[in-house]
Amino acid sequence: MRLYAAVAAGGFRRYTTYRIATAAGVFTNTVFGVIVAYTYMALWSARPRLGGYDQAEALTYVWLGQALIMTVAMMGGGFEDELIERIRTGDIAIDLYRPADLQLWWLAADVGRAAFHLLGRGLVPLAFGALAFDLALPADPRTWLAFLLAVFLGVLVSFSIRYLVALSAFWLLDGAGVAQMAWLGGMFFSGMVLPLTVFPGALGEVARALPWSALLQVPADVLLGRHTGWGLLRAYGFQFGWAALLLGAGRVFQAAATRRVVVQGG
Amino acid sequence: MRAYRLIAGMWIRSTMAYRASFLMTAFGNFAATALDFVAILLMFAHVDALGGFTLPEVAFLYGASGVAFGLADLVMGSMERLGRRVRDGTLDTLLVRPVPVLAQVAADRFALRRLGRISQGLLVLGYAVWALDIHWTPLRVLIVPLMLLSGAAIFSAVYVVGAAFQFWAQDASEVQNSVTYGGNTLLQYPPTVFAKDMVRGVTFVVPLAFVNWLPAMYVLGRPYPLDLPDWLAFTPPLVAAGCCALAGLAWRTGLRSYRSTGS
Repeated sequence: MRLYAAVAAGGFRRYTTYRIATAAGVFTNTVFGVIVAYTYMALWSARPRLGGYDQAEALTYVWLGQALIMTVAMMGGGFEDELIERIRTGDIAIDLYRPADLQLWWLAADVGRAAFHLLGRGLVPLAFGALAFDLALPADPRTWLAFLLAVFLGVLVSFSIRYLVALSAFWLLDGAGVAQMAWLGGMFFSGMVLPLTVFPGALGEVARALPWSALLQVPADVLLGRHTGWGLLRAYGFQFGWAALLLGAGRVFQAAATRRVVVQGG
Repeated sequence: MRAYRLIAGMWIRSTMAYRASFLMTAFGNFAATALDFVAILLMFAHVDALGGFTLPEVAFLYGASGVAFGLADLVMGSMERLGRRVRDGTLDTLLVRPVPVLAQVAADRFALRRLGRISQGLLVLGYAVWALDIHWTPLRVLIVPLMLLSGAAIFSAVYVVGAAFQFWAQDASEVQNSVTYGGNTLLQYPPTVFAKDMVRGVTFVVPLAFVNWLPAMYVLGRPYPLDLPDWLAFTPPLVAAGCCALAGLAWRTGLRSYRSTGS
């Protein structure tokens, strides 16, 4: 446990080095937030209460998306490129000899990365959004705590998907194509382009049931107070269920892949 | 130009070594860029007009910006890797070769998969032209290719300025994204959606409005929200030339101030 805490702290510290990059990223997220906010205002003024949100809630959703995009790695990024590279070059064989669990190691590092991005890339765009636009942010600190737990579970789901993507490199050698497909799914079905509650009919139902909705849609709805009481537990259960399922799948593939490495190495 | 072609050709051959991966990434590039049009379609599933513009009109703006940005991304998109080269010192290798550095950096890892974005933009533009009821005059026909090429040049200039900026701020490539990708997103929507000050900013400060907004308003027969004269719709080539000149200047200044990494 202490080992993984240290790895997580290392993951956090590693990103604190990139100060200019973080500032540049905050700037970009803020610019995008402003652009998307205006398109949402045009949409919501034509259709008030679209998707069950009023305009202030819709704008809050926009800025939450910009604040969380790096934390839950909706665009990918973080560890998977590195892991794919290690698999491609064969360095992964060294990792497998280490007295640490491969999946837990990368998970710990990714949690550290997410924590940094929540503070480094999340706070400023959200604060800017709150100053420049009329947002519906909750006053109750318990809602914020509930939100943070939902974000954490979202990071778990995001990690488990990206871990599977990275493992595919064992079979495909070049993981770039799969990574991009996963990126597409993440962008569209996390609710980053439009809230999933605005998706019409069956498409909306499917989108809300897929694991990616745990990344942005669920945390945003928790912060907007749409999940309370048992509903909140159900939302957590949804996120946790996908995380457990996908992490388990990662275990299975990891075991299969490890056998493959031994065969190649022998 | 020759150097650019040779380097680009080399990278195309190397990409083709992983053919399945190339097909997947090219399709991914196509689909990824299609996502924001899907978002627009989803919006129009709920409304008839956005900022007073109908779906074919928005599609016209979207397609024009997408093609212009896609062309710039194909030719100059690799410029954003410059920061990494400055950081790890591999830029030095490029400096000693008897080939312009700009051509080398721009052609570096030339990615043919970016054709995906261009073809997607062309498809949407084609749909818009088919669905719109435009009274086509020779001037209106002429302005469309003019708009696409000038737009590509303006976006290319942004890429070069962004790269020049990275000689100083080595890992700030994301700032460039706010103008390239952010600008592309902005231009996909009608100018009436945005606050007047934003429209002024992208008209007079970073002249992105010349990529598609101004010429497209002429084609669509709509007034520009800032009450500018009509003939400005024909100035994109001039604006593009100005931008490229400025970008060249910025690039030279940046390159001259480059000092290799210390270690």
